[in-house]
Amino acid sequence: MIGSSRQSGPSVAWLLSMAWRDSRRNRSRLFLFISSIILGIAALVSVQSLSDSLRSEIERQAAELVGADIVISGNKPLNENIGKLADSLGDRRAAQKSFPSMALFLRSGGARLVQVRALEGDFPFYGQLKTIPASAGRSFRNQQEILVDKGLLLQFDGKVGDSVQLGMTVFRIAGMLESAPGQTGLTSAVAPVIFMPMRYLPGTGLEQFGSRINHSRFIKFDRKTDITSLTERIEDRIEEAGYELTTIERQQEQTSRSFRDVGRFLSLIGFVALLLGCIGVASAIHVYIREKIGTIAILRCLGATSRQAFLIYLFQILAFGGLGSLAGSVLGSALQFYLPVLLKDILPVSVEARISWQAIGSGLGLGLIISILFALAPLLSIRRISPLNTLRMEFQADKGDRLTSLLVYLLMLAFIWGFSWLQIRQVLPSLYFTLAIVVAFLVLAGFARLLMWAVKKFFPGGWPYVWRQGLANLYRPQNQTLVLLMSIGLGTALFCTVLFIQTILLDRVKVSTSGAQPNIVVFDIQETQRDSIVAISKREGLDVSGTVPIVTMRLKSVNRINIDSLRRDSSLPMRPWLFNREYRVTYRDTLVSSERIRKGTWTGVWKDKSQPPGISVEEGLAKRNGIRIGDTLTFDVQGTPMATIVGSLRQVEWNRIQTNFLVLFPAGVLEKAPKFHVLVSRVESPEHSARYQQAVVKAFPNVSIIDLGLVLDVVSALLDKIGFVIRFMALYCMATGIVVLIASVLISKYQRIRESVLLRTIGASRRQILAITAIEYLMLGALAALTGILLAMGGSWILAEQVFDTTFRPDWLPVLGVFAGVCLLTVGIGMTNSRQVVNRPPLEVLRDAS
Amino acid sequence: MDTILSLSHVSKAYGHGEHRLKVLDDIHFDIHSGDTVAIIGPSGSGKTTLLGLCAGLDRPTEGSIQLNNISLESLDEDRRARVRNEFVGFVFQNFQLLPTLTALENVMVPMELQGLKNIRSHALDLLAKVGLANRKDHYPVQLSGGEQQRVSIARAFSNRPRILFADEPTGNLDAENSELIEKLLFDLNREAGTTLIVVTHNPELAAKTGRIIALKGGKVVSDLATDRQTASI
Repeated sequence: MIGSSRQSGPSVAWLLSMAWRDSRRNRSRLFLFISSIILGIAALVSVQSLSDSLRSEIERQAAELVGADIVISGNKPLNENIGKLADSLGDRRAAQKSFPSMALFLRSGGARLVQVRALEGDFPFYGQLKTIPASAGRSFRNQQEILVDKGLLLQFDGKVGDSVQLGMTVFRIAGMLESAPGQTGLTSAVAPVIFMPMRYLPGTGLEQFGSRINHSRFIKFDRKTDITSLTERIEDRIEEAGYELTTIERQQEQTSRSFRDVGRFLSLIGFVALLLGCIGVASAIHVYIREKIGTIAILRCLGATSRQAFLIYLFQILAFGGLGSLAGSVLGSALQFYLPVLLKDILPVSVEARISWQAIGSGLGLGLIISILFALAPLLSIRRISPLNTLRMEFQADKGDRLTSLLVYLLMLAFIWGFSWLQIRQVLPSLYFTLAIVVAFLVLAGFARLLMWAVKKFFPGGWPYVWRQGLANLYRPQNQTLVLLMSIGLGTALFCTVLFIQTILLDRVKVSTSGAQPNIVVFDIQETQRDSIVAISKREGLDVSGTVPIVTMRLKSVNRINIDSLRRDSSLPMRPWLFNREYRVTYRDTLVSSERIRKGTWTGVWKDKSQPPGISVEEGLAKRNGIRIGDTLTFDVQGTPMATIVGSLRQVEWNRIQTNFLVLFPAGVLEKAPKFHVLVSRVESPEHSARYQQAVVKAFPNVSIIDLGLVLDVVSALLDKIGFVIRFMALYCMATGIVVLIASVLISKYQRIRESVLLRTIGASRRQILAITAIEYLMLGALAALTGILLAMGGSWILAEQVFDTTFRPDWLPVLGVFAGVCLLTVGIGMTNSRQVVNRPPLEVLRDAS
Repeated sequence: MDTILSLSHVSKAYGHGEHRLKVLDDIHFDIHSGDTVAIIGPSGSGKTTLLGLCAGLDRPTEGSIQLNNISLESLDEDRRARVRNEFVGFVFQNFQLLPTLTALENVMVPMELQGLKNIRSHALDLLAKVGLANRKDHYPVQLSGGEQQRVSIARAFSNRPRILFADEPTGNLDAENSELIEKLLFDLNREAGTTLIVVTHNPELAAKTGRIIALKGGKVVSDLATDRQTASI
């Protein structure tokens, strides 16, 4: 008997229970649909978790990044005033002189440019120099000993106890340096470090005219001191004197900011993966709701309102979206334990990954929002499903109102923009990002529609049946062309863009070192050493036409504007670094091939001594600082003021391996100024390079040599490391694309089971059905890959032309590999699923499908 | 007897302009509570459309329909859904059971939609009446066609409807099952005092009702009482 408590309608509990009951035979499929977002959520959660861990580690280890409470540094010795100030601060102090120099490993004979850090005092005050043996980090300070970077030691097969010559002095290797404050794997790769006691520096002869030495003073407060207010009091004095002040707090802010940007960049790539998943969700839910029309019509017929029907399926999507988000968050939290390993060479501090509940919460929230948002359009169509479908299925949902669809799409765009804004925190770049995503989606959708139209229009009626059937699958109702092209295409586009950018960057270095281009630079050649080094170079078979003289100077004023007036008037176009930097200029009477006059006239020789000499300024420097032809630039040439007139602006090809300069003097001005020389030449092989470096360093240990072949290796390794991280994220996108592919193929499997069975029933062989499937997925895979590659090429071409100022030459072999890989994968997944259908008896399949 | 269903000059057309297709044209009749009526006619005559309009599944283009003294044409779809839930039962040719619900759950759904509680025993009674008490936990896919239709009948009577619409209820069944379904339909109808409207091609089934309305080309061509009941034209 019916109970007495009659209500106005079903409760929310009943709607929930109905949602649960209705999902019974669809749970695995629903989870599969939602699984498209798992990887995207996982990517975002792992990146955010890592960022959280990194932030707290940077906070915890900030002191160890600096090694002291305060650091005063500059590329000139501390002047008397600042030196006194530094001596008056803190309780303990240490000093460092850091500069590039050649290191000669005597046992192997190998030589390489290294970063020498000459220490005095007990630096670091926070953290330690981690060495093997551990005691070496302290003991080397008392002996004529050094600590050598681990990578460098491995490169020259060196070991503790070996001898290394720095300048004129031979040092014993006290230990292998594993880590030092502020040192990352990346900085070690670019410039491997050697620590030495400062008291042995004079003996090396490396501290001489022209040497690029960075002087630092480390200060430690043992007593409680308000560092913030102290730095506020002294920073103006220090900066005005041309030095830099670093504190733990500032270093922490700067490091956090840099890595927040890295985190945001990685988050954006993860977000693209998530968006790919969203396409999968939207498409799968669309198909799911279409399949549910019958059920919804029955419910409507029995008295369910449109709102109740809508809520039943909304609850389902929420539940499975929540489940997918939870799975993504768990996976992401697990993955973040791997990310520090992946990023170890880039991270500034050692990171111990830990669960970030905030990241998990964000992942769950984001997953739920995205599940609903991208399922909203098909969900809203539920409201329009007529109960008449119980009588006749042709009464399907009407087309619906365009306004609602438009609103849903606008919501999606607003969400994409909102999320990217949260990452970038800048309106325009986030708009560009949204626009780029929309353009990429539109291009892919356009290609998909073009393909469908073209196949239909130019259908090869005379071709064999399996071909016709396979091609027809691309455009007939319930096809997967659009969704597969978009998901696989975008994944491929991202992957290839990373590949192309890496190629562009490497090409820039390769071009510079290829052919007859110079590939070795010898610098810090003193006037007295010049002829001997030229002679050694010629003896070693190098083509040397001469050396380039270099004079160091500082800019005091532009017209009458100097650093003080610049500080007072912020409307002036000049940047402070214009006056703070050291200029290394040369003089000659002709331009070289990497230079071209863009404005004014180049006067090669200063003849009219009654007028200041006419110099040439690099056009970028002039543009950024509002310097024009005719301006008076007054330089301080090692104590002597020298007024000059800007006679011309030059374009300089910086990527050409030549001695290029921001400021060029004519002949007849600087000849008598103290100077040093640079020699640029070419070695034919790494062996030739090693032999030559050895010969020069043995004769003149103070001279430094840059081997561009080695630079190329370093850049290549660097790009490999950074590229690996980005490729890893791009792989995320590809993996998401594959999940969407699998989900889409499974959806189409359900849709096409009956047709395949019918074909088999009327005599089609397994082989024919598999061939039809293979043709369809080959076409889809090929076009998705091709469109993705074209998109990547377009984007990379724009980047090459506009950002890197170079010609885009794609490396075709990996591109072909990506193309073949995507095609094979698509066909493979399509075939695997179809095999399940064709390998089972038709009746069994039909029973399952019903 | 009071009138449960009243159609006044009802027409239904689809499309616009040149493509306008008039499916029902000026249909006019009343049906009293407790009547059994068959709507017959050839394919395309508008039987199913008429059933849909009478049951409040659709709205007429012209005319008015009163179901239990409620004007259906003035109600929106959700209000019509409430009317269906409260007063109407359905039996379909292809059963239209919810595939993800068991037989018992299918029977309970109309009552659940009303927000009724303690309904399980009533649903079990109904299943027992149609002889499927032992299959209450089976899903539709696990039942034969005849069994599915019996569950459908139990569901149709579960909310104690005032009127029951059956669209070709035996159309997908063999002779033996057809006979069983017809018997169940008429027995339960008699027992509950429900008005029964059956759309059918089957003259034998039509003959079991008290009144036969014949449609052709969207118009009522005859409206006759059978020997079971006096016509009420």
